[in-house]
Amino acid sequence: MNRCPRRSWSPLGQATRSLYQLVTGSLSPDSVEDEFELSTVCHRPEGLEQLQEQTKFTRKELQVLYRGFKNECPSGIVNEENFKQIYSQFFPQGDSSTYATFLFNAFDTNHDGSVSFEDFVAGLSVILRGTIDDRLNWAFNLYDLNKDGCITKEEMLDIMKSIYDMMGKYTYPALREEAPREHVESFFQKMDRNKDGVVTIEEFIESCQKDENIMRSMQLFDNVI
Amino acid sequence: MAAGVAAWLPFARAAAIGWMPVANCPMPLAPADKNKRQDELIILNVSGRRFQTWRTTLERYPDTLLGSTEKEFFFNEDTKEYFFDRDPEVFRCVLNFYRTGKLHYPRYECISAYDDELAFYGILPEIIGDCCYEEYKDRKRENAERLMDDNDSENNQESMPSLSFRQTMWRAFENPHTSTLALVFYYVTGFFIAVSVITNVVETVPCGTVPGSKELPCGERYSVAFFCLDTACVMIFTVEYLLRLFAAPSRYRFIRSVMSIIDVVAIMPYYIGLVMTNNEDVSGAFVTLRVFRVFRIFKFSRHSQGLRILGYTLKSCASELGFLLFSLTMAIIIFATVMFYAEKGSSASKFTSIPASFWYTIVTMTTLGYGDMVPKTIAGKIFGSICSLSGVLVIALPVPVIVSNFSRIYHQNQRADKRRAQKKARLARIRVAKTGSSNAYLHSKRNGLLNEALELMGTPEEEHTGKITSLIESQHHHLLHCLEKTTNHEFIDEQMFEQNCMESSMQNYPSTRSPSLSSHPGLTTTCCSRRSKKTTHLPNSNLPATRLRSMQELSTIHIQGSEQPSLTTSRSSLNLKADDGLRPNCKTSQITTAIISIPTPPVLTPEGESRPPTSSPGPNTNIPSVASNVVKVSAL
Repeated sequence: MNRCPRRSWSPLGQATRSLYQLVTGSLSPDSVEDEFELSTVCHRPEGLEQLQEQTKFTRKELQVLYRGFKNECPSGIVNEENFKQIYSQFFPQGDSSTYATFLFNAFDTNHDGSVSFEDFVAGLSVILRGTIDDRLNWAFNLYDLNKDGCITKEEMLDIMKSIYDMMGKYTYPALREEAPREHVESFFQKMDRNKDGVVTIEEFIESCQKDENIMRSMQLFDNVI
Repeated sequence: MAAGVAAWLPFARAAAIGWMPVANCPMPLAPADKNKRQDELIILNVSGRRFQTWRTTLERYPDTLLGSTEKEFFFNEDTKEYFFDRDPEVFRCVLNFYRTGKLHYPRYECISAYDDELAFYGILPEIIGDCCYEEYKDRKRENAERLMDDNDSENNQESMPSLSFRQTMWRAFENPHTSTLALVFYYVTGFFIAVSVITNVVETVPCGTVPGSKELPCGERYSVAFFCLDTACVMIFTVEYLLRLFAAPSRYRFIRSVMSIIDVVAIMPYYIGLVMTNNEDVSGAFVTLRVFRVFRIFKFSRHSQGLRILGYTLKSCASELGFLLFSLTMAIIIFATVMFYAEKGSSASKFTSIPASFWYTIVTMTTLGYGDMVPKTIAGKIFGSICSLSGVLVIALPVPVIVSNFSRIYHQNQRADKRRAQKKARLARIRVAKTGSSNAYLHSKRNGLLNEALELMGTPEEEHTGKITSLIESQHHHLLHCLEKTTNHEFIDEQMFEQNCMESSMQNYPSTRSPSLSSHPGLTTTCCSRRSKKTTHLPNSNLPATRLRSMQELSTIHIQGSEQPSLTTSRSSLNLKADDGLRPNCKTSQITTAIISIPTPPVLTPEGESRPPTSSPGPNTNIPSVASNVVKVSAL
């Protein structure tokens, strides 16, 4: 990903420069170059065969996925803003930006601030074609905001609030302030075995495997692609 | 939801896995994709140009033609493609909408053609993306104005059924060209406005001296004459105002309108002066009131379109004017303050206070430079020069906006006028083309009848005089023929009809007219005095006379003229036996005439009506005037 070359002018020098430009009326050449550089960024994914090996999608599915991906992100990568914007189109009533951020962080496995097609497909492969344990792992990873291996109540509260935010204001019954918190409490009651205030990955997977609803819903979106 | 994002729906659904562990209740079942076909390519053949896309691309918008099953109607089994007989250029934009989710409006495309195409494909024009929306809206507005213009002018010329006196008067006031009386009135009022304004001006001119006193203005020297002139003008204006008030369709709205306020303000000072001549105290105020007499000059705006445009421009540029004023005020205050403090030091400076400096600033910024107030200190001079330079800028900036607005509106009006002028010629040409087609039917009928007659009389076949008609033409003729049969009336052309009319007016009408006589009592008079009567709208027997651009209208006139059929070509003449002219016959024993009226002539009709001596546009075009009376007399 390209960043603008940082110019480390001192403020005084900058003021002199702009005064000079004001007097001579010249277009600053830098801005033109900057734009040119940004627009030539283009990320190409690895070949189809490699992706086929790395993920569990068939060739055709990868083709369909890529076409959709490229349509929305012609430059080949998604940055956070873009991601949030795309995701918000599906939830027009509420504010999905926070949840989208969490999702983005979950997909951006190498934490470089952008999601390339490989990241995208890797994540989808786990969600849609992985084993139940893989999926639960992925979900845990999503909830664990600071990636330290355990979910605290605050992290869960953030997640919960972001999910409730997506609902928006107009709900029935009307959303109350305490609803996310109560939901978090019930979640922790279910998941936190040793009542130590955090949920570790083992607790999470164990509790989920015991819950039939969760098991069933984990496979709900299998044939999405 | 944008199309491109629709491709991400699977991702959004997959990401929903993040909610699953948190949820307490079971999830609903996912909708099953019943026919989960592999995504296939669809070929769309639009007037020969083939477009291809995925099926799922089209299905992103299921409420459009291409996205729903409606496109199956266009499926061509032989070539296994969807064929649309439409414009391929616009289809490009439509297909791009499916692909990218953004609808663009190409600038080179005509707005109504584009709208038609969008309507065909079931796409709302509102979805046009922001990049092209403004252009689209501008063009659409222009088009709407043009249509409204056309409608207005058509409405103006369309003959109303029966205008009340009040309505005629109002029309005469608004549009002086409708009748000579209105034109006279228009010029007379214009003349008197001019007289009144000139009087006001000349009144103040010094007019020679009366010996023994100082020079008098003319107004005081010839006060009686001026008073009489003033009275005359005010009387005319009052009469005009009252007439307009009487004729206005909505008096309340009229009173509130700008022109009426100007009228009132123009004549009020006179009446107030009449009332207050004896009161010395308020005579000073009365003198001030006289200044309002100058508002009479605004009455000219009824007479001048340019003035109206100017007024309209100023109204529409109100925000730019406001900005101009605001920025000027700001600059004035700033510079006045600066100048005041700069000049405070110098002795005998004219800049006695900041408000006093306002005058200097205004005069300098507008580059007038009277020179009655001049800075003397060096600082004052420097700031003074900055002031004048900035004044030029501040004033020059909003002016082009106003100018361009004025130019746009002015050109719009020009275009409207040009269109109206060209319209007559255009319509005349179109009419000629259309009469060709309607005459073709009568022509072919005659030929057909002639042939039948010849066959009846047993003569050997003569050459067919008619030309060979195409299949479509013959089908059309057959249709008209069926209509004739249905209504027991026949089509003839105008000359025949007029002849019939003349004859029947000369003959005595048997009083045994059938009770089904509708509308006007005096058939004779209405029939032949049609030229002097204002035409009515075209009622017709079978079709609703709605749109002027509707297809051919029919009005039927049935005249008893059977004793001496002069029409050699009408059916009845062929079938009449000499003794029995009234025997009901399935082939319509009476001469029935039905006129095909062509849509466009109604435009001409009122002109033909209002200017009877001036023009009689060709024989073929007077049909609507003929068709003004619809009298259905069944003689059976």
